[in-house]
Amino acid sequence: MDTLNDKNIDLRVRLGTLSLRNPVMTASGTFGYAGEFSQLVNLHRLGAVVVKGISLKPRPGNPPPRVVETACGMLNAIGLENVGLQGFLERKMEFLRGINSRVIVNILGDSVLEYGELAQQLTGVDGIDALEVNISCPNVKKGGVAFGTDPSMAAEVTRAVKERTDLPVIVKLSPNVTDITVMARAVEEAGADAVSLINTLIGMAIDTTSRRPRLANVIGGLSGPAIKPVALRMVWQTARAVSIPVIGIGGIATTEDALEFLIAGATAIQVGTANFYQPRSSESIIDGLTAYLQNRGESSIRSIIGTLQTEGD
Amino acid sequence: MPEFQEKASLLHREVIAADIFRLTLHAPEISGTAHPGQFVMLQINDGRDPLLRRPFSIHQVNAGGNMQILFKVVGRGTAQLAGVLPGHHIDCIGPLGRGFALEQRDRLCLVGGGMGIAPLYFLARRLLQTGRMVEKDFVLLGARNRAELSIFVDEFSELGYTVQTATDDGSMGHHGFVTELLDPILPVMKRVYTCGPFAMMKICADKALAVDVACQVSLETHMACGLGACLGCAVTGADGGYLHVCRQGPVFDAREVAWTR
Repeated sequence: MDTLNDKNIDLRVRLGTLSLRNPVMTASGTFGYAGEFSQLVNLHRLGAVVVKGISLKPRPGNPPPRVVETACGMLNAIGLENVGLQGFLERKMEFLRGINSRVIVNILGDSVLEYGELAQQLTGVDGIDALEVNISCPNVKKGGVAFGTDPSMAAEVTRAVKERTDLPVIVKLSPNVTDITVMARAVEEAGADAVSLINTLIGMAIDTTSRRPRLANVIGGLSGPAIKPVALRMVWQTARAVSIPVIGIGGIATTEDALEFLIAGATAIQVGTANFYQPRSSESIIDGLTAYLQNRGESSIRSIIGTLQTEGD
Repeated sequence: MPEFQEKASLLHREVIAADIFRLTLHAPEISGTAHPGQFVMLQINDGRDPLLRRPFSIHQVNAGGNMQILFKVVGRGTAQLAGVLPGHHIDCIGPLGRGFALEQRDRLCLVGGGMGIAPLYFLARRLLQTGRMVEKDFVLLGARNRAELSIFVDEFSELGYTVQTATDDGSMGHHGFVTELLDPILPVMKRVYTCGPFAMMKICADKALAVDVACQVSLETHMACGLGACLGCAVTGADGGYLHVCRQGPVFDAREVAWTR
């Protein structure tokens, strides 16, 4: 690829006060704390890394089996296993400070108070550029899912986080609701700087020989290319319903996938499950977006965002 | 430890038995740095079925940059892999995980059941390269029948190991469990290495630990990434916590593992 031409291509996007050099991020829970991929991926090229969700105290996660492959996707019931706030700050932040990409910390709590506490303790930490509030993980009985499906609870969590941080706050939404735009508007009104969607769709799989569920947790979150059309539809609906930036997530593995989300109205995208089977997906999407703009004689990715043409528009 | 992603060309495809295959891949970066017990994640095809890579222990490597994997067809992924013909390329990530500790002292016993034989051959070759006299070391191999076993008996014997076998149908060696061969020799062993079905490794571990013989086991589990990111490969540890097979293993000290399932 001609490097001179590359310089004329502008992939920068803005999420509230957070500027990204390109719109490609790695999704929480699919990229560890970035160090896991340091030998396979150029971590300095990404728009942002969103780290594995952090809770106040470490969590051991769910009993195995935790993952099962399904058609064009996978189910997981990891159960929010993570090193906890102190473990994260002591053992993971130093590496993250060394990468030349934005670092977004995904946070999760069992109560509104915990979300606020996490936001406060992560604010002012060198190397953290934004927070992503996980109100949508389906795997923990207490907390997560209640906040993610009740608009007033989602708004309350958002306010608690906003009150205790001056970092940009992204709220990650669950698709397991009747109308995701209701949730998006609720957190927008509560002060969210952006929304990211979708998290996994709740699903299950059964071993017909043993007649037992394939996941020890019985149900889990479906991710991967299988969910992309659902995610795309929800991103399109949400982008029309709110005025804050929307980050598209859900089965994105290729440049074509990323472009669909951007055209549907996403300002940025996150690559999730694809990191597991093709660690360089994010890098190839960054290259692919550049090539797409070059081929069309456009210079800025921003000229693509939200340009979906529908009949009657 | 170094990790690589390379498009390995398939050089050779052997049919060992009806549903058992051995592939020789040219993967110079992975084979040049691999340690016995480590594994590779192979992308079966470029499409999305199956979506995820599959983990395989490294069966052996050579100085020419080649690597072998050995597998039985157990599902869609392995069925497709068995159909890949020489000349095609397979995307490999590796070498991954922690392998076996190389014992210096005399008298080792390698216990392999079924496809668990795969990593033990790499281990046996690497142990030989450390300059040890392997005649005093035992290799115990178990499988369903002679057809699944005879080639490996020859290959381990050629290295100089004392090889004993057990088959489910009695067509080769002891008619019964391979772990039953362990009893007479275990008291003089310094270390047991085992890979195979969980129930077989559990018996090995129980027997070895009962007489204070060190025992390393290589665990197998489903995993999405092999890189420590998905956290899907958790197994229960002896302390009730979770162990991650991909990064903390796949080789563990038998005392680290909870042997109930």
